Amino acid sequence: MNIYENYETVEVTTDLLILGGGMAACGAAFEAAYWAKKNNLKVTLVDKASMDRSGAVAMGLSAINMYVGLKEGKNTLKDYVDYVKNDLMGIVRDDLVANIGRHVDSSVHLFEKWGLPIWKDENEKYINEGRWQIMIHGESYKTIVAEAAKNALKEMEDNGEYYERVFITDPIMEGDRCVGAVGFSVRENKFYVFKAKSVLVAMGGAVHIFRPKSVGEGLGRSWYPPFNSGASAYFTIKAGAEMTCQEVRFVPIRFKDAYGPVGAWFLLFQARATNALGEEYMKTRAGELENWLPYGKNKPIPTSLRNHLMLLDEAEGKGPIYMRTDEAIKNFVAEIEDKKQAARKLKELEKEAWEDFLDMTISQALLWASTDTMPEEKASEISPCEPYFISSHSGASGAWMSGPEDMAPDDYKWGYDNMTTVKGMFAAGDASGASSHKFSSGSFTEGRIAGKSAIRFCVENPEMPEISPEKIEEMKKTTFMPLEIFETHKHYSNDPDVNPNFIKPKMFMFRLQKIMDEYAGGVSKSFKTSESLLQKGMEYLKFLHEDSDKLAAQDLNELMRCWENRQRIWQAESHIRTVMFREETRWPGYLFRTDFPEMKEDWKCFANCKYNPETGEWEMMKREIIELT
Amino acid sequence: MPSFVIPDKCDGCKAQDKTACQYICPNDLMVLDIKTNKAYNRAVDMCWECYNCVKICPTQAIEIRGYADFMPLGGVVQPLRSTDSIMWSVKFRNGKLKRFKFPIRTTPEGSAVPDAGWGTGTDDLKSQLLRTEPESLGTDNLQEL
Ligand SMILES: Cc1cc2nc3c(=O)[nH]c(=O)nc-3n(C[C@H](O)[C@H](O)[C@H](O)COP(=O)(O)OP(=O)(O)OC[C@H]3O[C@@H](n4cnc5c(N)ncnc54)[C@H](O)[C@@H]3O)c2cc1C
Ligand code: SF4
Ligand code: SF4
Repeated sequence: MNIYENYETVEVTTDLLILGGGMAACGAAFEAAYWAKKNNLKVTLVDKASMDRSGAVAMGLSAINMYVGLKEGKNTLKDYVDYVKNDLMGIVRDDLVANIGRHVDSSVHLFEKWGLPIWKDENEKYINEGRWQIMIHGESYKTIVAEAAKNALKEMEDNGEYYERVFITDPIMEGDRCVGAVGFSVRENKFYVFKAKSVLVAMGGAVHIFRPKSVGEGLGRSWYPPFNSGASAYFTIKAGAEMTCQEVRFVPIRFKDAYGPVGAWFLLFQARATNALGEEYMKTRAGELENWLPYGKNKPIPTSLRNHLMLLDEAEGKGPIYMRTDEAIKNFVAEIEDKKQAARKLKELEKEAWEDFLDMTISQALLWASTDTMPEEKASEISPCEPYFISSHSGASGAWMSGPEDMAPDDYKWGYDNMTTVKGMFAAGDASGASSHKFSSGSFTEGRIAGKSAIRFCVENPEMPEISPEKIEEMKKTTFMPLEIFETHKHYSNDPDVNPNFIKPKMFMFRLQKIMDEYAGGVSKSFKTSESLLQKGMEYLKFLHEDSDKLAAQDLNELMRCWENRQRIWQAESHIRTVMFREETRWPGYLFRTDFPEMKEDWKCFANCKYNPETGEWEMMKREIIELT
Repeated sequence: MPSFVIPDKCDGCKAQDKTACQYICPNDLMVLDIKTNKAYNRAVDMCWECYNCVKICPTQAIEIRGYADFMPLGGVVQPLRSTDSIMWSVKFRNGKLKRFKFPIRTTPEGSAVPDAGWGTGTDDLKSQLLRTEPESLGTDNLQEL
């Protein structure tokens, strides 16, 4: 008997299938539940973890980074689009950004009603961290949002359901339409087949593709959560969707090693970052910004350029780079003449500083405690993390989307809002590309947009697609193959991890990380690469890709790790291909092409790619930027 | 070692069908050893130190020992989470202690009403208005570019 026959096949038929349980998926469930109920349709959500604490907001957050403030008249939609466009050096879809922007405040108002504590001033107005960010007591942010999403599904009674601890692997395709997904339970011997009229992909971004800076126990302390492994990119690429901005990784600058957030320090506490000599690289290197016009002269200066200036200082041996927390707090307090009041202010600032970490990067608080760091007394090091793929933040990689019907230029729309180029397949959050800076609130909002649109698709395409049982049987075999491989070969060696017939997922991941780090411009190469390095990296990646058929798993947990790495390698390949395609340097502090060190006007366009599931070939293409502001 | 379990305090969640730590870990790291009836973290180097297992454990049996490859020994950060607030104790390497308490939600657990009492301005699936809009926006219409 083959191993896979030990796994019961569970078939679930639904109308809308939501993949993931993070911010975007919760937004999708909240929205779709309402429209589905009106149209007597069913909604099913599937998450690999438990929704209460799954995804990037698992730990909580200390700020909502996208609140436009339209009701308060703080900003206009155009302000928001211009800000995002400048940060991404001109490469964004105005229509997608504006669409999220015009709805996002409504999501934030809902969060508040559900129970999320948002900081307010004496006039009951939200307290801003920066122009677009508002402060929250966000330890339970995800728990609250997940609760509302589950309650929305409950309102549908039998027509709303969610599955937790089911890991999604591949799309089910019928012709050019996505009609469901398969996956396996990470707890029970079950293989899941979800059949659906429309599928909404929201499985987050990707980490552990590049080698992290800490490789001992600290391996898991990547800035981006180690449990998002590129499932969205894998799923959409495998379905044959056109992808965009796969070259746009994100390299955050964070407190060194524990990767604590810097936003509050820069924006709320107005701290300076300096090199070891006390020089402020943003001032001493301001001249360099002239090489990146027009973006370099606009405020705020794009994230990748700020990184770039810091990296130049580091390359000259002027590190460590410090966040001057001590100075910032002293400045605040110095302005207050009354001694008692000053002491009170100091206490308040101290509490706010610690909460910033305790709400969303607890390790950083632990690192401060372990190194006897009092932020009011001692500056802390900051440094760039390894690259990640997170299009909802300051990255951009994801599927190429059909834009909003009332706003998108003709070239940017082909039917339903937020549908990928694959019929019936929608995407949101980190799964959708070229609409950066949506963050937690914008991802939730984009999930809502996609959720409503996907229900419309179900109503207008009511036939339930047929799926061939042979295909499902084949997919089941593939899903459990790593278990089969282990069972078949385990007796050949005394060591379950060392065996010439297979590779275990952990070493597979390390091999991928080594290739990406050394050839595709990771940390050890200061984010620099070139055509010749990329070509060589591609050669090694091809071997690795072939070896992915020999991934082996001892149990269900290892099976999940195998699949995570299978997903990572597709994200990696699309990245290398697109980095190679774009013959310029556009986001210097994220990625520097030493063979094309300058930004070029003829590359002011999207670099898109598409994998053909029939032929196995990749197609690269340029897409025009059509600005709306 | 990221998260670790203090065996004396772990009661295996009284042999319920799933333990709290296993239920919550977003990276599926916490497992129950059937033989000893104690939980453990099966892959400490894939732990995000997200503290979700620590916060949820009913017997406070889980703690975090900072990643040994970069954190000096001696620091301890331990939470106590209730239904509306969280209390943090931060112990420094030099023995100093700080306590912080923050609110975590303003409504009773489980009570989130999806539409929060806001009506939706349209029944039209083709309309750009989303559920609860425009009321939840606080403006009359969607803003245009
Ligand atoms: C460290 C950090 C700090 C941040 N700080 C802020 C901040 O201060 N303010 C702010 O507004 N935003 C912040 N963000 C951004 C915010 O977290 C993201 O924008 C948002 O979570 C993206 O939503 P998403 O739904 O696309 O992905 P996620 O919320 O990450 O959700 C992904 C979901 O997919 C599931 N999943 C993954 N793979 C599979 C699979 N194979 N099968 C089934 N399910 C799967 C996961 O379990 C999870 O439920 C931060 C992000 C990070 C990483
Ligand atoms: S939650 Fe606590 S008591 Fe329950 S199994 Fe885990 S460690 Fe033990
Ligand atoms: S700290 Fe977080 S990632 Fe680590 S074991 Fe606990 S729940 Fe899992």
